[in-house]
Amino acid sequence: MTEIEFLGWVRGTGFQLATVIFIAGVIIRLVEIVMLGRKANLAEPGGSEMRSGLRTIISRMIPDKSTFQRSSFTIVSGYIFHIGLFICIFLFAPHILVFKDITGLSWPSLPTPVVDAVTVVTIISLGSIMLHRYQNCVLKFLTNTEDILVWIVTLLPLVTGYIAFHRIGSSAPGLIALHILSVEILLVVFPFTKLMHTFTIFLSRWYNGAISGFRGVES
Amino acid sequence: MSASVEKGINALKGQIDSTVATFFSSCVHCGMCADACLFYTETGCPTRTPIYKAEPLRRIWKSEFTLMGRIGKLLGLTKPVDEACFSRWEKMVYDSCTLCGRCSMVCPAGIDIALLIHKTREGLAAAGHAPQGLIDATRRSVETGGPMGVKLPALLAQIRHVEKDTGLKIPLDVVNADYMLLLSSMEIINFPEFIEAIAKIFNKAKLSWTISTESYEATNSGIQIGVSDIAAELVQRIVDAAEKLQVKTVISPECGHAYMAIRWDGPNLTGKPFNFKVRHILEVLDELRLKGQLKINKKDSRRLTYHDPCQISRRGGVIDQPRHLINLFAENFVEMPDAGKMNWCCGAGGGVSANERADDLRLKVFQRKKDQLDKVKPDAIISACSNCRIHLEDGLEEYNMDIPLMSLTETLAEYLED
Ligand code: SF4
Ligand code: SF4
Repeated sequence: MTEIEFLGWVRGTGFQLATVIFIAGVIIRLVEIVMLGRKANLAEPGGSEMRSGLRTIISRMIPDKSTFQRSSFTIVSGYIFHIGLFICIFLFAPHILVFKDITGLSWPSLPTPVVDAVTVVTIISLGSIMLHRYQNCVLKFLTNTEDILVWIVTLLPLVTGYIAFHRIGSSAPGLIALHILSVEILLVVFPFTKLMHTFTIFLSRWYNGAISGFRGVES
Repeated sequence: MSASVEKGINALKGQIDSTVATFFSSCVHCGMCADACLFYTETGCPTRTPIYKAEPLRRIWKSEFTLMGRIGKLLGLTKPVDEACFSRWEKMVYDSCTLCGRCSMVCPAGIDIALLIHKTREGLAAAGHAPQGLIDATRRSVETGGPMGVKLPALLAQIRHVEKDTGLKIPLDVVNADYMLLLSSMEIINFPEFIEAIAKIFNKAKLSWTISTESYEATNSGIQIGVSDIAAELVQRIVDAAEKLQVKTVISPECGHAYMAIRWDGPNLTGKPFNFKVRHILEVLDELRLKGQLKINKKDSRRLTYHDPCQISRRGGVIDQPRHLINLFAENFVEMPDAGKMNWCCGAGGGVSANERADDLRLKVFQRKKDQLDKVKPDAIISACSNCRIHLEDGLEEYNMDIPLMSLTETLAEYLED
């Protein structure tokens, strides 16, 4: 397969396959969860589940002071790489074109040098997160193969994107094809790993807030 | 597979619902829950990371309730829940967790980890891996009505003492009373002053109240050990008594887990909403304050602080009331760092105090409370849970800290206008 053919495949069949697996996988996972259902609480409520659930979705983004002091590295690096990923994925002009192609929707982009710098910061933060994983005794203990896999598939699109943009070492079509392939790997892995937290975190925080709010506590 | 392992697995399966599935799907292994848990911060032992304590439940969820897990199970790739797993997790789930719920407040993914650990206990208990101390307490609760084996004659004897000391009548089995008071065995045996305090305050406020001689025990070992059938039976006894006496409100005493058991878990265990209200004693006292029926004229100028019992504050929602009440008499009230819903557990809730095997550990993790106390250096500590109280006293003694400990209800009674 030539570079051009490879690019054609990842843009065509490969992309379709990955998208289908991603969407079907996410739906299966969400249905799997929701279908289990949850019993209604029969105690006399002390507060609103709905309001408190919605509140916690937002409030859990902001740790309390003592938690921040105890887990500052995790929190700061977590913020940096999540915001970084968001900017790289959604605010880079060529990506917006791809989204426009698929969905018809479009939005303003950030200047390319800014996204470029953010990419470097994000890569560095992901790198430091892995170092931290092996230096902190709790994280080292918790870390399993899935954590490593997820870290790799998240990092790869950033690295390949950066290389493709700067045309390091090879010609454009091959590099772009590699970048797209890395994104496809991410999409395929996504529904079956902890990457699913992207979606389930909202439900999870809602439940947490609802459980607490029912008893009259803001969580 | 042995019968007990199978029972354990079935019990775990029975615990799984959409909250459990959502929670496990959302964990990103960030480790922040460990920093929120006194059993980790005071021991530095990573196996005490909160989410890891719920691992048996996670394994069952993964291998039985997810597509990938089921495929993995067919291929023999999933981690088993077997005898070895149950016995390994026993200490993690019962000795190293008080179900205080602090981790649940910190997890950035919003996972209610304490709920998952409690559900894991259901599996361990069914598999025969609960600590002996808790098994005994549960057996005594079923047989005698209370975890310490306190029977009615003992209560009646204490009541007679109180009546003699105060000259007040303790109303027993009064039909149609507004309030029915529950007690914890600890209060009956170790702190009869609590009954005395209630009698004084309620008498001053002319409250219509009673104690049922058929069901007076508020604590619920069934919940602590994680056997919902027994927990439901113990709740039902209270429901029966309350319905028989047709009371409007059942009062949970100064005991955190008792409040959680009867107020929030109770109707869900028996499967029926209650036709009476349940209130914690502090809620009742605060209502009296609002109605102007708590006249306090003595002030306490000492530096006082309040230890929030986890199940009353963070897990129960009674956070402001104790502070309003303390402000009635305290001239110099100071809050410990993290007070209120983020307070640190004393280290002995959730059945840990009934489990002698965990004695050294609970005293070790008391260092967290010591740290908190060292920051504010109070002259006295007020709290509202007899279990916290016993353990705080132990801890203070262990660390040579000479700080008196007071029950909020008892202190209020003491400072009541004559
Ligand atoms: S804090 Fe929450 S997301 Fe992080 S490891 Fe603990 S349970 Fe998982
Ligand atoms: S509930 Fe409390 S004791 Fe148990 S794991 Fe969470 S923070 Fe630790």
